[in-house]
Amino acid sequence: MIDPKLLADHNLTLEEYERIVSLVGREPNITELGIFSLMWSEHCSYKSSKAFLKKLPTKGKHVIQGPGENAGIIDIGGGLAVVFKIESHHHPSFIEPFQGAATGVGGILRDIFTMGARPIALLDSLRFGPLDTPRNRAIMDGVVAGISSYGNSIGVPTVGGEVYFDDCYSKNPLVNVFCLGLVEKDKIFYAKAEGVGNPVLYVGSKTGRDGIHGATMASAEFGKETEQKRPNVQVGDPFKEKLLLEACLEVMDKGLIVGIQDMGAAGLTCSTAEMPAKSGTGISINLDLVPQREEGMTPYEIMLSESQERMLLVAKKENVTEVQKTFAKWDLDAVDIGEVTAGRNLRVSFRGETVVDVPVDAVVNLCPVYRRPSRKPAYLQTVQKLDLPPLASDLGATLLKLIASPTIADKEWVFRQYDHMVQTNTALLPGADAAVLRVKGQKRALAITLDGNALYCYLDPSTGGAIAVAEACRNLACVGARPIGVTNCLNFGNPEKPEIMWQFKKVIEGMAEACRTFEIPVTGGNVSFYNDTEGLSIRPTPVLGIVGLIDDVDRLVGPGFKKEGDAVVLLGENREELGGSEYLRVIHGLEKGRPPGIDLEREKSVQEVCIQAITSGLVRSAHDISEGGLAVCAAEGCILDRAEIGCVLDLDDKIRPDALLFGEAQSRILLSASGTRLPKVLDLAAEKGVPAKVIGRTGGKELVIRQSGREIIRLPIHRLIEAWKNALPGALSVR
Amino acid sequence: MKFGVVIFPGSNCDYDTFFVLKNGLRQETVFLWHKDHDLRGVDCIVLPGGFSYGDYLRSGAIARFSPLMQEVREFADRGGLVLGICNGFQVLLELGLLPGAMLRNKNLKFLCQYVHLRVDNPETRFTRRTRRGQVLRIPIAHFDGHYFSPPEALRDLEEHGQVVFRYVDEKGEPTEAANVNGSAASIAGLINRRGNVLGMMPHPERASEALLGSEDGRLIFESLVQP
Amino acid sequence: MRVRILVSFKESVLDPQGQTVKNALLTLGYGFVKDVRQGKVFEIALDGITEEQARRAIPEIADKVLANPIIEKFTWEILTEKKKV
Repeated sequence: MIDPKLLADHNLTLEEYERIVSLVGREPNITELGIFSLMWSEHCSYKSSKAFLKKLPTKGKHVIQGPGENAGIIDIGGGLAVVFKIESHHHPSFIEPFQGAATGVGGILRDIFTMGARPIALLDSLRFGPLDTPRNRAIMDGVVAGISSYGNSIGVPTVGGEVYFDDCYSKNPLVNVFCLGLVEKDKIFYAKAEGVGNPVLYVGSKTGRDGIHGATMASAEFGKETEQKRPNVQVGDPFKEKLLLEACLEVMDKGLIVGIQDMGAAGLTCSTAEMPAKSGTGISINLDLVPQREEGMTPYEIMLSESQERMLLVAKKENVTEVQKTFAKWDLDAVDIGEVTAGRNLRVSFRGETVVDVPVDAVVNLCPVYRRPSRKPAYLQTVQKLDLPPLASDLGATLLKLIASPTIADKEWVFRQYDHMVQTNTALLPGADAAVLRVKGQKRALAITLDGNALYCYLDPSTGGAIAVAEACRNLACVGARPIGVTNCLNFGNPEKPEIMWQFKKVIEGMAEACRTFEIPVTGGNVSFYNDTEGLSIRPTPVLGIVGLIDDVDRLVGPGFKKEGDAVVLLGENREELGGSEYLRVIHGLEKGRPPGIDLEREKSVQEVCIQAITSGLVRSAHDISEGGLAVCAAEGCILDRAEIGCVLDLDDKIRPDALLFGEAQSRILLSASGTRLPKVLDLAAEKGVPAKVIGRTGGKELVIRQSGREIIRLPIHRLIEAWKNALPGALSVR
Repeated sequence: MKFGVVIFPGSNCDYDTFFVLKNGLRQETVFLWHKDHDLRGVDCIVLPGGFSYGDYLRSGAIARFSPLMQEVREFADRGGLVLGICNGFQVLLELGLLPGAMLRNKNLKFLCQYVHLRVDNPETRFTRRTRRGQVLRIPIAHFDGHYFSPPEALRDLEEHGQVVFRYVDEKGEPTEAANVNGSAASIAGLINRRGNVLGMMPHPERASEALLGSEDGRLIFESLVQP
Repeated sequence: MRVRILVSFKESVLDPQGQTVKNALLTLGYGFVKDVRQGKVFEIALDGITEEQARRAIPEIADKVLANPIIEKFTWEILTEKKKV
């Protein structure tokens, strides 16, 4: 009879245990129990999310690899493909912010280069609690420093991302790291363990006791005793990983290996189980041969260790010497620890005895899939009712306050710590709508953005899910890029609560509809559940990572006004929609209402006009309207170019002034164009049935906005810049 | 002109530098592996940026013991041209081929941003294409860029015109605000007495194409190449 | 045999990390803290070498590799093993 405490420690239910017994054909020993505990944890098995993720579209004619591998792969033509994925590393980042975030970067990098791609860009989506507590400041400081230290050291530029602040993240900060790599189509590698008798090689750092039960920690809520989990956080070694990256790419380039898998969450267990499971084979390894940096490690510890910077390779016997020579050149060992077998089992020996003998299929594929109950939450009734607050008298002061709120303000404090220029591909500096990376030797470029408004998802999950996709695509459109693929990290609370499950289901439905409308496939991603502490969940936070393709990088434009006397054009329509806005939250302390409506077809048309305007060289700047509304967008237009050119806007919408300035109605983009090109822009919009209006002119050193002739904003640019620039440094230096 | 770009374990900007020299300036360029002893007949050696040995111990402290560095020292002693960029500059300092040392940036954070440099010695092999006082816009990306040298050594450098680049504002003034890492005398790059070894913290290879934001860095490579 | 080497900045070199730590301690109420200098500790386990050889080798290692003499100084000691009874 299994000890219930042992099961609880391993995060397994009694039903799951009984299923394990029936699949293995006997009771598992402690090491085998540990293996199932890891592989059947939420983080590794997706048991609570799989059933729902099926709704997302994953097919497309350019998809080389969809969900199910280390990363997704999309063909971009010219013999090249992009490999990309987003991952979460939240729980370790709460416990040890620096190392938690650093190892998160390490992990996602391995997911990319394990497929043969050289990583060329990192982005991160960070969510922290408000900066008025020392703990939240320390977490932000540690996380940014950790990402910086790892990414910079390994020489992959961190080119973009987002930072949001909300109280729901105080005890559950979110760190989502995205990575993209470039690979030649015929040089892609998979996690294959093929060829019976082929040796299995262990490369990279020695195995220690790091992070044992890291994956299970990611699958459990935090309670009061969490501080004691500190020893379970791994310590990253970016130098080691750089050597590993170069050595792996070299053996892959020389065609010396059959399959490769990184040892990330669930370490040796995951790779030794997944590789044969995918290949219809089995694997047998000898733990005595595994390089260890601690003494007296047990099989349980060796199999479950999450020591970083390790990979597992399968090579043909005749290539082993060459593989080892290549690794030796980079001062790394490639140790033969076992072989591919004919059976379908994972067999592990230790000191002459077999300590693990389980069917790989059971470990990898036969975890139960749960359709957990879902129920529309009661909070929605109250929260969706919005009584609009009285109008402020000084809307200029309101704008200054809004532009200085940390979620909207300048993020230079963050990205100055990231080397965002290494590899000399960064065509647009951080702070713009999307990151743009040129592809050396050609005119094309890649654009990447991360987006996800959690407040919208809280107020209306399916609308929020759709908007997350729409907004990301809109950001890409503003740099002239067409979306080609999606990865997503779905961050939610405890799925065992029906209300959370309902949020999850609805967000996915919204995302799926939007992905279908934009015709972009989801190539994979990550689900992070159990982001609760002491019963309080985070807001539903889907983070979408969308990659786009730019045909001609010479046509690239940024968000800032470039020349005096240009026409400012609004694509789309202003509507009186204040629900879920940053304005209501920051200025009035209200997180209520319904998020703005989204008409996906209209959104698609608006984006198409923007893309064509850019690719035809008709506009000098493009910036999408999102958090903070039109006023913040216009202010950023004045701030985000070194020229610092103001503008005068005349609007005549008959809606509340604050809704006009700060409402977050969707599908709107602000363009600036010269007088000569303007007619073509308006024609383009008319052709596609997209409302387009000249609402003002660039020029001067002020931001002036009038509604029906009445001046409602007049602010000198330098005051906007001051508020915007000083917000984060000011908030972070509070003692 | 034949260039050799050295690769240490952990170098990151080796390929970036190679790309500018080979594709941008169309010069014959090869990679030099840190464990080799063969300089492959190059005319100019470039020590690129990056995190050799992870910057463990001190930036550049371990790389300077690489077998190839013995050859590099002798090459420099014979008058061969050596350019150290960022981590490369740190290696040259640890080797003693240039005087001084690097400390952590004054704000204790990694800094990646564009800076303005003033050319204070336009007569070197590395700056012949520039004018005295010219302000260049070139990015930095480092954690340990605070140049340090004891006062007598600093005086020496100034007297002999060895300070080649200084951190300045847009107008060319070496203000405290412009000196983002706190370097002594706002020194961003310096040359040895003989004039054949230059080290600079900013990355000229990142400012050699208009697409990436600035072409000012190209002037340094062009200076080397022009007859 | 085990040796411990302490490397720290020379007096003339500004130590902003030490200053930051000092300010943090003062903020936490440890008003008696006058100054903080941050350094590095290296513990090296040696084998196959006499104590006399070690006394010659260690300062050489410290001077050549572990410390940068332009900005750092070092001290070192051989750690005495407690005799097992």
